Amino acid sequence: MGNISVVPFGPQHPVLPEPIHLDLVLEDEKVIEAVPSIGFVHRGLESLIVKKDYNEMVYVAERTCGICSFGHGMGYVEAVEKIMGVQIPDRARYLRTIWMELSRMHSHLLWLGLLADAFGYESLFYHCWRIREQILDMIEESTGGRVIFSVNKVGGVMKDMDAQMLGRFVEKLGDVEDQITGIRKNFLGDKTVQMRLRGVGVLTKQQAHDLGCAGPFGRASGIATDMRTRGYGAYSELEFEPIISNDGDSYARCQCRIDELFQSIDLIRQAASAIPAGDLFVPVKGNPDGEYFMRIEQPRGEAVYYVKGTGKPYLNRLRIRTPTFANLPGLCETLKGADYADVPILVLTIDPCISCTER
Amino acid sequence: MIKCPENELITIEKGELLSRCMEMKKSGLRLSQACAAFCDGNYELSYSFADDETYEYKTLRLPAGLDEEIPSITDIIPTAVFYENEMAEMYGVKIQMISLDYHNKLYRIEEEAPLLPKDAKSTAQ
Repeated sequence: MGNISVVPFGPQHPVLPEPIHLDLVLEDEKVIEAVPSIGFVHRGLESLIVKKDYNEMVYVAERTCGICSFGHGMGYVEAVEKIMGVQIPDRARYLRTIWMELSRMHSHLLWLGLLADAFGYESLFYHCWRIREQILDMIEESTGGRVIFSVNKVGGVMKDMDAQMLGRFVEKLGDVEDQITGIRKNFLGDKTVQMRLRGVGVLTKQQAHDLGCAGPFGRASGIATDMRTRGYGAYSELEFEPIISNDGDSYARCQCRIDELFQSIDLIRQAASAIPAGDLFVPVKGNPDGEYFMRIEQPRGEAVYYVKGTGKPYLNRLRIRTPTFANLPGLCETLKGADYADVPILVLTIDPCISCTER
Repeated sequence: MIKCPENELITIEKGELLSRCMEMKKSGLRLSQACAAFCDGNYELSYSFADDETYEYKTLRLPAGLDEEIPSITDIIPTAVFYENEMAEMYGVKIQMISLDYHNKLYRIEEEAPLLPKDAKSTAQ
């Protein structure tokens, strides 16, 4: 039996975008067990339901996280609209879908950059974030904000993207697509990158299912679940299939996210060509009286928004179950048996968003 | 495109919790989320299970009193550990025998049961 030691990983670590602590039980250089510890960025956002009415809570929900901000706002308002029986205009559904896919792209590009930085490929990191800047420019032009969009409201959306703007965005996305094709070659074709990712942190389909893994983390192990196929927003009118892999390793997770970038571009093209004219929102009267579990596909996976109202302006409960919260057990499982040197890569492959996890 | 079934809510009693969770697990459903709420002087515990093929979403709703002890489901569904720790820390739900118990320090909040209304806290004490 080798030397057993307990090594702390985080909350401060060069690869971690946000603080999370792992107690790694090592036997020589192999991880036997990982015990996570969070709570460094808990802000108590859900407790604000007593101070902010259900309309104002959109702004709180979208500040859960700066990377998946739009999705939080969208999931929240869709849950409230479901409770109140509000049917938003078709144009608003398409606009939400386009912004959601732009949000997904900027999130995946951010993650790709962090992954490149984690295995020491710094120029590729900057290249990914340079491509991401073009997405952020589109988001800023259409909403006024780079990461916090503030366009969702109960009943629809507050801003529009006219035909000229959409045309410009679709054209720009053509350039972005070419650039992503270039970095895809680096990520998936480079031998040194493959040596760091292939066969590292393998999770079988059964393990991923038993551990409740969500999003690309689960799809990389063959679980073909994508909440967008439920048809919220305008997704029911768009053609796409969940992107899956059966390898279940870090390479497969990277591949899934890169391919989702191309899928997002395709979805935006479809939505931009099919978006109908019409109003941006419908007036909403009254207060939510009921409860609903809304599920959407955030960049990191299934996010659940539980909203409960009792007929008052202030909600009784808002609970946001984010995908990283669901993927933590899966992370701990992938760490078992891994080399200590692979821990940063494995932590990154769940695309951790700790702000979301802790709220 | 899958025609998504509507969410299903099933109210259960404390004695049924473990057997129902086992039933859900054996049916191939995964635990999607678990949370607590406080309504009309009692807890409402929700354990939601999702089917990844049909997108069914079934929630077991367990009403519980403030002093009631709830059995942990982590022996059946180990991934419930973080959900149960959150319920215990945020609302003061008395969950027994959680496999990895953070003893109300998952989120490192100084205040006890911060989401439980103050008047309910004094009643519980």
